[in-house]
Amino acid sequence: MSKRVYTNAQDALAGIEDNMTLMLGGFGLCGIPENCIRELVRLKVKGLTCISNNAGVDDFGIGLMLQQQQVVKMISSYVGENAEFERQMLSGELEVELLPQGTLAEKCRAGGAGIPSFFTATGYGTEVAEGKETREIDGRMYVLEPSLTADFAYVKAWKGDKYGNLIFKGTARNFNPVMAMAGKITIAEVEELVEPGELDPNFIHTPGIFVQRIFEGVDYEKRIEQRTITQ
Amino acid sequence: MALSKQQIAQRIARELNDGWYVNLGIGIPTLVANYIPEGVNVTLQSENGLLGMGPFPTEDKVDADLINAGKQTVTMLPGSVLFNSSDSFAMIRGGHMDLTVLGAMEIDQNGDIANWKIPGKMVKGMGGAMDLVAGTENIIVAMTHANKHGKSKLLKQCSLPLTGRACIKRVVTDLAYLTIENGSFVLRELAPGVSVEEVKSLTNGDLVVADDVCEMTF
Repeated sequence: MSKRVYTNAQDALAGIEDNMTLMLGGFGLCGIPENCIRELVRLKVKGLTCISNNAGVDDFGIGLMLQQQQVVKMISSYVGENAEFERQMLSGELEVELLPQGTLAEKCRAGGAGIPSFFTATGYGTEVAEGKETREIDGRMYVLEPSLTADFAYVKAWKGDKYGNLIFKGTARNFNPVMAMAGKITIAEVEELVEPGELDPNFIHTPGIFVQRIFEGVDYEKRIEQRTITQ
Repeated sequence: MALSKQQIAQRIARELNDGWYVNLGIGIPTLVANYIPEGVNVTLQSENGLLGMGPFPTEDKVDADLINAGKQTVTMLPGSVLFNSSDSFAMIRGGHMDLTVLGAMEIDQNGDIANWKIPGKMVKGMGGAMDLVAGTENIIVAMTHANKHGKSKLLKQCSLPLTGRACIKRVVTDLAYLTIENGSFVLRELAPGVSVEEVKSLTNGDLVVADDVCEMTF
C-alpha cells in the first residue's frame, strides 16, 4: 500500500513551499480542514494562492492565514464576513478572483478529471466572461472556463481508512470531494481514521485513489457562523 | 398599501406546484418556505449540498456539520439527501430545478438581473446566483419596487454589473406582480390599495398594464 498515513498535520504537510497554489475544502466554516490550516499558520508559508469557496472569518479558517498576510490571491465565490480580507482586498495587497459557485466546483471537478476546460452558460454576458472565449452551441451562448488544479489540496472528512477512502458527514461534504480530485497531492484530515475494511465500500464518497496522504485530526472546533434555532 | 416582506413571500408561494424542487435565495425568498400551501409538497435545495431542507433545529439538535447556503444551522427531513458541490450545481446548471426565487438590486425589461456587485463598494461575491439564473428556466425575483433612495429597481437597462442576461420573466415586488414579455414589464396584479399610477411612477422601464390586471388578496 503506497498510501502515506501520517500521525499529525505537522508531518502530513511536508513539502509545502512559498508561492504554491492550494485548494481548501469547506463551505463557510463547515467542513474546513482545521488541522491543516492551523499548520499552515504555524509554518507561515507565504505568497499562497488559495482556492476555496469562502475565505473564513477574521479569527478562524483562512482568516487566520490572511491575518499573517500569507495569501496573495484568493479564488472564491463568496467572501463576506471577513474584515481583514476586505481591508487587504481594498488596499490591493490581496488579489481576488470571484467565480460563480457552480463554475468553481466544476473547475475543480474537471481539473481532477483531466478536462482542461469546459463550456458553461453561467456568467455569459457578465464580467465573469470578460476575456474568455465564448461560443454558440445549439442556439445558446456559452463561456469557456479553464479547469483548476492545485499543488496541494487540503480536505476534511468525517471518517477515512488507511487507503484514503473517505466518508463525509452532513453538508460538510461540499467542495471537499472535488478538491480531493484536483490536488496534485491531496491531504485528507479525518475525525476518525480506521483500518481498511471498516468502511462499507457502498457508502464511500471519495475513493482513496484521489488521496495521497491522510491523518487523524485533533481538537475540532467546528465553529458555527449562524446559529439559528427553532424554539 | 405596499406588501410586507412576508406578503411578498406569501404571494410567491402561491406559484409553487406539488412535487417541485425549489431553491430559495437569502432574504425575502427564504420566507417563502413559511407559506407553502397546504397539500403542496416541495423539496427545498440548499446549494451547499442538501435536498430536502428542514426547519432550523431545536437547541439539542444543532449540528455544525449541517448548514444551509446562508451558513445557518438547519435540519433534514425524511427523504433528504446530501451531495457535493459539483453534484449540487449539476442539479442547478443542468436545468433540474423547477423554480428559483432570488432577490435583486436591479432587473430590466430585457430580463437582465443585477444582484451581486456595486462598483466602489466591498464585493462579497456572486455565490451561486449566476449559476441559478443561467440554469433555471423558471425564476421569480422577490424585491422592493424601489431602492431605499426611492429610485426604481425595474429599469430599461440595468446599470449595475449583471448576474445574468435575458433570464428573468417574473417579479413580485412590494407593489405588484409583473411579468417581463417582449421587452417590457407587464403589470399583472397590484398590492391591495396600490394604484396603477403608483406602479407606473416607480417603474423606470417600459410598462404595459394587462387587460385583466387585478388586486392581490391575502
